[in-house]
Amino acid sequence: MAVRNAIFRLVLVLFAAGACLAPGGGSASGGFDAALVLLAGKSAKKRMAGIEALAASAHPAAAPILSAMVDGRLYYRKDDKRLFVVAKRGREFDLFDPVAGEQAGTAPSKSLKKVKVNNRLRRAIRKALAGLNLTHADRAIRLEAAAGLLKSADPGLRPALVAALEREAGGDVRAAMELALAAVDIGPDSTPAVRIAAAERLGASESPEARALLGRVVGDAKTDAAVREAARAALQQIEDRLELYRQFGAVFQGISLGSVLLLAAVGLAITFGVMGVINMAHGEMVMVGAYATFVVQELFRTFAPEFFGLSLAVAVPAAFLAAAALGVGLERSVIRWLYGRPLETLLATWGVSLVLRQAVRTIFGPTNREVGSPEWMSGAMELAGGVAITYNRIWIILFSLAVLAAVMAVIRYTAFGLEMRAVTQNRPMANAMGIRSRKVDSMTFALGSGVAGMAGVALSQIDNVSPNLGQAYIVDSFMVIVFGGVGNLWGVLVGAMSLGVVNKFIEPFSGAVLGKIVILVALILFIQRRPQGLFAMRGRAAEL
Amino acid sequence: MRLLDLKGRIFLAALAVLAAGAALLNLALPESAALHVPNYAVGLIGKYLCFALLALSVDLVWGFAGILSLGHGAFFALGGYAMGMHLMRQIGERGVYGHPELPDFMVFLDWKELPWYWHGFDSAWFALPMCLVVPGALAFLFGWLTFRSRVTGVYLSIISQAMTFALMLAFFRNDMGFGGNNGLTDFKDLFGLDLKDAGMRAGLLLASAAALAGGYLLCRWMTVGKFGRVLVAVRDAEQRTRFLGYRPEHYKILAFTVSAMMAGVAGALYVPQVGIINPGEFSPANSIEIVIWVAVGGRGTLVGAALGAVLVNYAKSFLTGAAPEMWLFVLGGLFVAVTLFVPKGILGEIPGLRARWRERRDGHG
Repeated sequence: MAVRNAIFRLVLVLFAAGACLAPGGGSASGGFDAALVLLAGKSAKKRMAGIEALAASAHPAAAPILSAMVDGRLYYRKDDKRLFVVAKRGREFDLFDPVAGEQAGTAPSKSLKKVKVNNRLRRAIRKALAGLNLTHADRAIRLEAAAGLLKSADPGLRPALVAALEREAGGDVRAAMELALAAVDIGPDSTPAVRIAAAERLGASESPEARALLGRVVGDAKTDAAVREAARAALQQIEDRLELYRQFGAVFQGISLGSVLLLAAVGLAITFGVMGVINMAHGEMVMVGAYATFVVQELFRTFAPEFFGLSLAVAVPAAFLAAAALGVGLERSVIRWLYGRPLETLLATWGVSLVLRQAVRTIFGPTNREVGSPEWMSGAMELAGGVAITYNRIWIILFSLAVLAAVMAVIRYTAFGLEMRAVTQNRPMANAMGIRSRKVDSMTFALGSGVAGMAGVALSQIDNVSPNLGQAYIVDSFMVIVFGGVGNLWGVLVGAMSLGVVNKFIEPFSGAVLGKIVILVALILFIQRRPQGLFAMRGRAAEL
Repeated sequence: MRLLDLKGRIFLAALAVLAAGAALLNLALPESAALHVPNYAVGLIGKYLCFALLALSVDLVWGFAGILSLGHGAFFALGGYAMGMHLMRQIGERGVYGHPELPDFMVFLDWKELPWYWHGFDSAWFALPMCLVVPGALAFLFGWLTFRSRVTGVYLSIISQAMTFALMLAFFRNDMGFGGNNGLTDFKDLFGLDLKDAGMRAGLLLASAAALAGGYLLCRWMTVGKFGRVLVAVRDAEQRTRFLGYRPEHYKILAFTVSAMMAGVAGALYVPQVGIINPGEFSPANSIEIVIWVAVGGRGTLVGAALGAVLVNYAKSFLTGAAPEMWLFVLGGLFVAVTLFVPKGILGEIPGLRARWRERRDGHG
């Protein structure tokens, strides 16, 4: 504490303590005016004193004046030695009052003289500017100054930094300053004990600068062994943490992919898992949902552009209804006649899928259609270590979980869900109890298709809306169902998430395509061992 | 049951007349003659015959063993790739880059030497058996894994689809060493004979016809005897067959492997006639299309499968030329209509129609 106090006192002397603590006070403005006079002085020594006095004054105008000076835009009038910041316009200069910043007329260039800077002055100005910015009233400027210091790690700025730290209450600015101080302290000018402590503090950060500084210390053979060891430990700490972030990023990506698979597979779980119908046109239901989103957005663009942010909220029910209507039509016209003949169902629905794809291609054209994202879905959250989490991915994860929960609730708590389970478990008995199983079939198929349509809304946000949209997901969705176990929504959740996460963890090693192949082969092998999937159905239904 | 019934004899006779006739009319007559068969028609017929052989292979497993394979396109493509590799090696120094050892795409990718799995393909004695061995080995492995763990029905269909999907993704990769996206093409000659030569094309057509006839006889031989009876029993009641003391998986694996080899031969004959093989052949859509050929012609009738392949592909050639937009509507409609209204296929319906006609005649008489 004593050391710090002593340093602080030194700083007070150097920077005129009164001015620091009470900017705008009488003595401060006096110091500021005197400094301006000194800046216009002939000798470099006087100008140096002016720079120091200006820095000490902590006047709001000090920083702009100093930066104008270093840029060569600070002039003084030959007649009265008054300072101006100028903007050159040929031979005529626009004059600006350095304190108020207002235009103060024009003058011929001959009547003015530039305030000259040499390298020594330039260094002093930079230092003064850093000091001023570190104590600036604006938080953003203080943060930027601290970040700049972290990069330069200039030991000459240490006193300014310490002084600024004393005034900084806390928060991210203080953290940035402490990091900058550590960056200064780890330099070769400090004692080993200070350097070791600095290395430890740097080890708590993820910034590339901290890593570079530590790396330099580790690589420098002349450094004290204990310091190098500390730096190496700190560096390792950073690497470990970054690796952790990367893993977290991969898990997030995996969950994000998993949620997309989940959305595509939940509908399939209903039609395939509950009804035992292989619907190869399921992917096309997803596609229809995506195109419904496109149509809804076009309507919004045409009739109510100011409510465009609501378009997705409208698109969700619209896509559900469009796909569900199509599903009912498909069930009534084709699938109904093929119950109990799964292979024929597969072929017929594949035909339907071809027809739907070609129909959409004819109506909307073969190219990708533009589907916009509302503002509340765009943007990303930056995490440390270059890991970014986009908001639309978060929304899709939440949306997929909400859809799953809604479907589960429908199946468990509604009368329709009860009838559906009854028909699944024992159709003749359900018929005998007065349930119209034909109608339940239609409704079940509509539900499954509608959910696929809602998946299309989500996919339209992250994928191209083209006639082949559904095809990209159909094989994966079947894999999810087969992996998770037929007829079990929890299995679908676990299957989708684990496939997504595993996929994203394999990708860095093998590339996206090979990762997919590895997964497919692994699944084929998995099914050998457990043909019923992870969550096998028990009881009578399992024998079907 | 006899090896050659009436249907089979008509089929083989028609096949011989078609192939020999087309080859003869193409080679013997001058181009100006009215009956001259143009070169492109020879290639087209040859292509159809390869498809017919492929359909036959699918009918063997689907029609008689009840295995709906949605991955037979993979065996076809593997046979095609084996042949394509031989043809690539035959190009020698005549490639665009003139490299004596490496095919063009490898030079383009800046590869220095031939990958190990390309060795040997310069010799026809190695490459031609490979057209059978590679698809057969994959089918045996696949069958060994799936049939023994009693994966059946739609599960098997989906897994076979995943298999061809995975292979497609793999073959699309440049570093697999099979030409990536573009596949293998720019073939020059086979057995030292120019592929563009009319005699060579007619020869390939005759070879395809012979392969189709051979494939038909093989399928008949496998299905008329005791083996075929057990196969049908497995199709209709696998559990019961097992309880009777048979090992259904052995029968299925054998049928599946033989079928994959037939598909490989079809692919090997297909590639020199169309001049290219690329990963698109592995696409799951292609494999499903084969199934519809069989369904149209008549599942489990063999002749019907070949007939269906030719009919559907003729319609495809015709429609993709005349009204490209319509083709997928027609194909999709075919899938739906056949499964709903003609589940037995064209040839499968004939006995029923004949019986109905006889009934009506007797009723009136």
